Amino acid sequence: MYAYDEIDRTLVNERVSEFRDQVKRRLSGELTEDEFKILRLQNGVYLQLHAYMFRVAIPYGTLSSDQLRRLAHIARRYDRGYGHFTTRQNIQFNWIKLAELPDALADLAEVGIHAMQTSGNNMRNVTSDQWAGVAPGEIEDPRIWSELLRQHTTLHPEFSFLPRKFKIAITASDHDRAAIKIHDIGLRLVKNEKGETGFEVLVGGGLGRTPFIAKTIKHFVHGRDILSYVEAILRVYNQYGRRDNIYKARIKILVHELGIEKFSREVEDEWQHIRGSSLQIDDEVIEDIRSRFSYPAYEKLPHMPDELRQAAADPAFEAWRKNSVASHKVQGYSIVTISLKPVGGPPGDATAEQMDALADLAEKYSFGEIRVGHEQNLALPHVAKRDLPALWRALDKLGLATPNVNLISDIIACPGLDYCSLANARSIPIAQELTRRFANHELANLIGRLHINISGCINACGHHHVGHIGILGVEKNGEEVYQITIGGRADENAALGNLIGPGVKFEEVADVIEDVVEAYLALRERPEELFIDTVKRLGVEPFKERVYATR
Amino acid sequence: MPLVKGGKIADDTFTRLADDAPLPASGDILVSADRFVKDTDALLARAGRLGVIWPNNRDIEELVPHLARLAAVALVFPTFRDGRAYSQARLLRERYAYRGELRATGQVLRDQFVFMLRAGFDSFEVRKQADAEAFAQTVKRYSVFYQPTGDGRITALHRRMQLRHSEGVGT
Repeated sequence: MYAYDEIDRTLVNERVSEFRDQVKRRLSGELTEDEFKILRLQNGVYLQLHAYMFRVAIPYGTLSSDQLRRLAHIARRYDRGYGHFTTRQNIQFNWIKLAELPDALADLAEVGIHAMQTSGNNMRNVTSDQWAGVAPGEIEDPRIWSELLRQHTTLHPEFSFLPRKFKIAITASDHDRAAIKIHDIGLRLVKNEKGETGFEVLVGGGLGRTPFIAKTIKHFVHGRDILSYVEAILRVYNQYGRRDNIYKARIKILVHELGIEKFSREVEDEWQHIRGSSLQIDDEVIEDIRSRFSYPAYEKLPHMPDELRQAAADPAFEAWRKNSVASHKVQGYSIVTISLKPVGGPPGDATAEQMDALADLAEKYSFGEIRVGHEQNLALPHVAKRDLPALWRALDKLGLATPNVNLISDIIACPGLDYCSLANARSIPIAQELTRRFANHELANLIGRLHINISGCINACGHHHVGHIGILGVEKNGEEVYQITIGGRADENAALGNLIGPGVKFEEVADVIEDVVEAYLALRERPEELFIDTVKRLGVEPFKERVYATR
Repeated sequence: MPLVKGGKIADDTFTRLADDAPLPASGDILVSADRFVKDTDALLARAGRLGVIWPNNRDIEELVPHLARLAAVALVFPTFRDGRAYSQARLLRERYAYRGELRATGQVLRDQFVFMLRAGFDSFEVRKQADAEAFAQTVKRYSVFYQPTGDGRITALHRRMQLRHSEGVGT
């Protein structure tokens, strides 16, 4: 955990008081809605279909128990008793009142949480691997660098009015859980031949109506130069990114239009001017940030404790353990993913009661730490293996032990037409129906790893392009129509899915997905061949034939 | 439109000269980039100070050879959502060491003052009278800054180092 010091606290409090003044000026009419809109967006406040929506940042997905309790308090005190975890390590509250927002922000500030730059055309919440610091085989903890970048991007005097939003994600593992290739800047921690820490820098990834997988702009940027290199990219983008058309304003379009070679030359030129400047980070500064991350005092524990051996006899526990529990870098400990995808529920929602209870469980079993992942699930990052059975029983009582992590009902979905003013179609009800169709755990297990992603419009908040199965809702002649793609993925082998055929109506979506899955079960070479690998081997055609033959 | 300079509302000594207006013999004038480029020598030869209004989509390097002889550069925020002039301002101050007046024009609102100051602006054509009057208060809103810019304010990272060292001395 990173602990705010007086300096960080002061800045967040200053921001809250600035926003309080802005809200007051809006309510008195001193600020027009057009002026206020940008200011509220910079504080994470959207005007949605029914009410203001409030998006709170969870930088690099790390929360303490106290912070999670405070989010529960916000849900209870200012909203309707629940929150929605998003694909970018944020939490959203859907029913907030404008006049109460400054108080909500002040309550959050007390525990070191803010909502700065969770929307608007600025540098958004810096995201990272939700297993950062605990995953085996990491180069080093990417949160040190994430925090450096969080600070650097916060209220940046040059880049707070960019052509469009700008998202940075960081990973330090070979297996990319942070989806860096679909970000404006993706950073992968690497070591050079001298053993020094640096980054492979990728640029220009993104989804939306013109999806691109990010391209490598530089294979190695030394850690001390990362702020100047990022600043160089941003400066080129701020000056030359398109501002004439909102749909062409993301950096991916600039990279695409210039070509990665020309773009990287522009960045290189700019970087040569600033790389040795005060942006260079010396070791002492990095060590200072590192020193304010606290790490648990792990015990020396056996690899296979008796408690775990005994619990293995319970098939319900085993079903959960097999897909929710992952290896930890320290022997005797595990990383536990907590599914926020119950059968029939909206993906990513948690009630205030669940958040409070989880905060308690984290204190009891995970050194008071909780993580938030882009798959809209939570995780407890440091659970002693001996505690797994007790933790499972407690989670089960809270409705948080659905054994479906990484299975077909672990669906990523945006809020869709039920909440969002941009949406053309509903997302949540599609997800809910699919979780019911695939509620049978044996069937889900038989299918194996399969990610379904649903977006209710082309803006792609549900990342449909990179779902193994992607579902995109559009509006056609006043009706909701859903386009289905297969073969996408968001990890280190990121790829965009391909359409399998004409769009289908709301009522037919679940049937079509069932047909796609049946086709896969018939087409796979052996049970271990994952859906995504079968699609890669065979392409779209055999799926298309089977799914559309009778339609 | 009130002008804020030196931290308070001030008289504007500059007159904006239309592209087709005759050149006055004296007095401070602000001219467009087009007129400046077309007529540089004549503009610089006259008595009275010269300022240029430089659009935010025009390369600032074009202006660099003339910076030493310019009394003012006015950068433009066509809307406050368009942040290109922040980059231009920092380049002028930090890369090209421009020391003359750097003026923010266009949709300049209270809520940008701190960003603008940090980017190097030192005068502001403020859209609303109330915002201009609130300048001194507004710019005191923040005492912590994470990024190093040419304005010389100490960053949070370095303040921490100072604190750490001073603690070290004390023990």
